[in-house]
Amino acid sequence: MVKVEKLSKKYGSTTAVDGIDFEVQKGEIVGFLGPNGAGKSTTMKMLAGFLPPTSGSAVVAGFNVFEESLRAREHIGYMPENVPLYGDMRVNEFLRYRAALKGVPGRRLRERIGDVLELCGLEDVEKKIISRLSKGYRQRVGLADAMVHEPDLLILDEPTIGLDPNQIRLVRDLIRNLRRHHTILLSTHILPEVEMLCSRVIIINKGRIEALDTPQNLRTRLGQSALIHLDAKVPDTRSALRDLQKLVGVESVTTRTDGDWTIFNIKANAGADPRENLYNHAVENKWPVRELSRPPVSLEQVFAEVTNREEA
Amino acid sequence: MRTFFILFRREIASTFHQPTAYVVLFFFLVVTGFNFHAGVSLLNNTSGSTTMVEAFFNTVYFWIPFLLAFPLITMRVFAEESKSGTIETLMTAPVRDSQVVLAKYGGALFFHFVLWLPSLLYFISFQFITGIQAAGAIGSYLGAYFILMLMGMLYTGIGCLASALTDNQIVAAVISCTAIMVLFFIGLLSFFIPAAGPLMQQVIYYFSPLEHMMDFSRGLFDTRPIVFYLSTSALMLFVTYHVFQYRRWKP
Repeated sequence: MVKVEKLSKKYGSTTAVDGIDFEVQKGEIVGFLGPNGAGKSTTMKMLAGFLPPTSGSAVVAGFNVFEESLRAREHIGYMPENVPLYGDMRVNEFLRYRAALKGVPGRRLRERIGDVLELCGLEDVEKKIISRLSKGYRQRVGLADAMVHEPDLLILDEPTIGLDPNQIRLVRDLIRNLRRHHTILLSTHILPEVEMLCSRVIIINKGRIEALDTPQNLRTRLGQSALIHLDAKVPDTRSALRDLQKLVGVESVTTRTDGDWTIFNIKANAGADPRENLYNHAVENKWPVRELSRPPVSLEQVFAEVTNREEA
Repeated sequence: MRTFFILFRREIASTFHQPTAYVVLFFFLVVTGFNFHAGVSLLNNTSGSTTMVEAFFNTVYFWIPFLLAFPLITMRVFAEESKSGTIETLMTAPVRDSQVVLAKYGGALFFHFVLWLPSLLYFISFQFITGIQAAGAIGSYLGAYFILMLMGMLYTGIGCLASALTDNQIVAAVISCTAIMVLFFIGLLSFFIPAAGPLMQQVIYYFSPLEHMMDFSRGLFDTRPIVFYLSTSALMLFVTYHVFQYRRWKP
């Protein structure tokens, strides 16, 4: 659906996007993740056909975005950051105008507008003037606009920024429902959002792709040297510590106490999972165990790891 | 073509959706109404062959609102969209740059047309009330309104170009106002320096909207101004198109 090759964008002497390559298959939701100024918006603007690249190419739905721009744009629905809309129009007027402009034939206008109004929950405000709408509604009008011409690819630049938690959930549900009909490329810096929505993640930093994988794989990649918590009541902390360090798969152990309980923070060897050994050891020594867990590595850690690699 | 008309309709709608349009229309009617009144009193007090149409289109009360209207009409056409960011959604729809430029230009020109339409009523009511012909012949009307539209084409073009140059409407208005005034005052030079010689006068005639209006409102169709306005309007549109593209596609 999307094929990007060696895409670069320079603004004067600063490089915003530095030769990125990636592909998106039909039906995927791909999340663009990165700190501010990483080149997310620039990449999306180029894919939407708004900005020309300095070099490289991008193909959407079989059309080169830069050489057959008009044909490609027919297959793309783009929602820019901050959702610019014509404040002087009514919601239905605006959608009608946008749909017609994007080539929806006259006889299908009513049907398409009815569909997107329903899908985006805009029926109540259909006749309202856009400048009087709340931020949440404006966001949904922007989404409705992006998909009114049934594009194959939806490009959404920070679709949930500036919304309250309820509105965020609504927009997220909406995006999840769109998966059936559209391929979606969205950018965000809200990490749970990516974990909830996306089938794949592209982490971009300083114009380069730092990681490209499913959220699960990204987590396991870092999860290899995961920490394990063991919370047990031991007779002698020091000897327990010594014994634990001898177990297979354990790299190092630190402790702290919580009343009668001792909390062991155990760092596992890369690739190893010593939880079974820990359990057996505790049973052998008849330690009462309150907790034995390996907290999942959040994408937040992955993100921090990947984007701070150079500074570290 | 369908895309052009969709964009064109949107331009007109957006013009009339904002209060500026009505403010301009209102003051325009006040000033042109006063201008008409001044024309009638002039005709009352002088004897000669001047017609009402000539008296109306060749006074300072005509030129001031005529020239000042353009920056007000055109300042928002591009600047507003680039400022608010709607240019991004507009230009990622399957529309050509040329369609957008032409539609915006056409929309502004249409407003200019609407602005001058009521003035026809003045002449009709003049004839109805006084029983005197407002113009020597039908050619007088044709000439006056024809050159009005031609000049409108050039000045609208200048205004669109100014608006495409910047995100700031005020800056756009100042640029176009200055450019239009310079063009107008070049045309006045022949009145200020009559000693400049026949060659100078001939050259200046090409630029002088005053002279053009004087001729055309008498029903005198001169092809030189027609060619001048058509070609300069085309030039303005061409430059606007490239500026519009460049601002987005600049390296």
